Amino acid sequence: MEAIYAFCVGILTTCGFFLVLRGRTFTVVIGLTLLSYAVNLFLFASGRLKLDGAAVLGQSVEYSDPLPQALVLTAIVIGFAMTAFVVILAMRSRADQGNDHVDGQVPVQQNNSRFSNKRNS
Amino acid sequence: MQHLPILPILLPMLAAVLMLLPPLSNSITRHRTFAVLIMISTVIVSALLLLTSHQQGTQMYVLGGWQPPFGIVLVADRLSTIMVLLTTLLGLGSQLYACAGDDNDGMYFHPLFMFLIMGVNGAFLTGDIFNLFVFFEVLLIASYALLIHGGGKQKTKANVHYVILNLVGSSIFLFALGILYGILGTLNIEDMANKVRLLDVHEQSLAKTGGLLLLVVFGLKAALLPLHFWLPRTYAAASAPVAALFAIMTKVGIYSILRVHTTIFGEDAGALASIAAPWLWPLAILTLIIGAIGVLASPSLRMTTANLVIVSVGTLMLAIAMEREAATSAALYYLIHSTFITGALFLIADLISKQRGKAEDRYVTARKLNNGRIIGIAFFIAALTVVGMPPLSGFVGKVLILQSAEGVAEIAWVWPVVLIAGLASLVAMSRAGTTLFWRSSGENTNSSPPPRLKLLAIALLLSLSPLLTVFGGVLTDYTNQAAAQLHDRSQPVYSALTKGDQQ
Repeated sequence: MEAIYAFCVGILTTCGFFLVLRGRTFTVVIGLTLLSYAVNLFLFASGRLKLDGAAVLGQSVEYSDPLPQALVLTAIVIGFAMTAFVVILAMRSRADQGNDHVDGQVPVQQNNSRFSNKRNS
Repeated sequence: MQHLPILPILLPMLAAVLMLLPPLSNSITRHRTFAVLIMISTVIVSALLLLTSHQQGTQMYVLGGWQPPFGIVLVADRLSTIMVLLTTLLGLGSQLYACAGDDNDGMYFHPLFMFLIMGVNGAFLTGDIFNLFVFFEVLLIASYALLIHGGGKQKTKANVHYVILNLVGSSIFLFALGILYGILGTLNIEDMANKVRLLDVHEQSLAKTGGLLLLVVFGLKAALLPLHFWLPRTYAAASAPVAALFAIMTKVGIYSILRVHTTIFGEDAGALASIAAPWLWPLAILTLIIGAIGVLASPSLRMTTANLVIVSVGTLMLAIAMEREAATSAALYYLIHSTFITGALFLIADLISKQRGKAEDRYVTARKLNNGRIIGIAFFIAALTVVGMPPLSGFVGKVLILQSAEGVAEIAWVWPVVLIAGLASLVAMSRAGTTLFWRSSGENTNSSPPPRLKLLAIALLLSLSPLLTVFGGVLTDYTNQAAAQLHDRSQPVYSALTKGDQQ
């Protein structure tokens, strides 16, 4: 279970960072969302993974650490608000600048073929 | 006054919420009066808190009655209370400036401003590292909105970069907290400091990863070298009162580095002692150099000021990297001075740019300033202070930092870099002054003299600099004690916490 869990968090983080480094605000927003998913899973795992463990004492024989769950809840709420803000900001930026590039202008393409246009943007 | 430690957080928060409700909403005059009144009372409360914690020892405020290390505590020691007082005073200055008209460019300036003050105060006061993250987010989301306040292409562009960078920073912060909690099993800063010594060898490397990830996050907020690229453009794009208030934001990062890396990963942390120092030394020196180059290369006064912020960050980091009581004390003094003076310089730059028409504050020939004498005097004082000329506070701060370097190696690194950066600032500021005030063509016809309120705000921030020199003895005594409290790990606050641990 730990291996799969760690693998998933790793994949999410890698994809998140890759997308954040792209040039268009849309992919960056998706990247930030993936990063926040990865972070939430990671925080949850910091209380150790445990099956059938209630977070309340006396509810089951095994109990799990309730604090990471509270932390994740806080992080989810904050991440949600931030995602909403960054989506609105990206739309505003699209309206103000006339394009959705993070620098406000699309860099001049070296190669004119249509495929490379799509891939480099 | 049992509830005193939470008031600097609670007052701005309640004020911000009240300003969104009917009797106060929809009227900018009511907003202004109310906000200034609340701000003045927050300054008074912060001063009271500082006096109480100075005389009666560290004030602890246990939120919800949950005893530490399980609940969240607010810890008002000498370091955090002086930072809170600094924030509120700077806030009052920039708020007065904003009341002269800049707050009317968009909606809800004052509530957002209050939320920002609340976040910064909370970050300074909290004793729990996850709570520090939450207050970081509070201050960040307020700063996102304030940065874009008034709208415009430049602001949107700067804001996109700023927001994305800080969101990535927040996720790294959470990763670091997850690692540290997974190993130490606690989030209370004092308790973490106690537990970090007892770690096994194989856990130490993980804890080190967490600690250094925290350094990355705080370095991003503080604009330490490889992470400083966002700062000049962001600060130059923000409206003047916001930029002035942002002068405290880099200091939040510096404070967090100081707090985390002297308390948790300080001298007593066993194998993990001073993990940040090998990184801080070269980065601080490089930050200073890059800042100095930026100061020389800036095309406008606002850009110069933004780069001066980077110079001050580099100087402060050098002092923190020395990890000695005297150096921390010097850093505190310099921090107070540089926050006020860069805040004032941002305001002065705005006054100048309002008077010069299309040329704004760029270093080009433009029409003459209306009321150039008053602005000139203000600029002269600010420039002297920021460059570090006697007799103003910049000089005292620099001397203190230079004095705290010990040994040939440290002196050989610190003195030349700090002094050359000072020379670069001197050159840049003299060029700025001569161009802005003397190289003019034609008469100023249509711009009105600056509003009284703006001049008052600048006077308030500038007058603090001579006061810092006049009361230098008192203040350095205080910063010495604050540094001693931070470095000495056997003072009552810690035993109170360990008692909570045993119960």
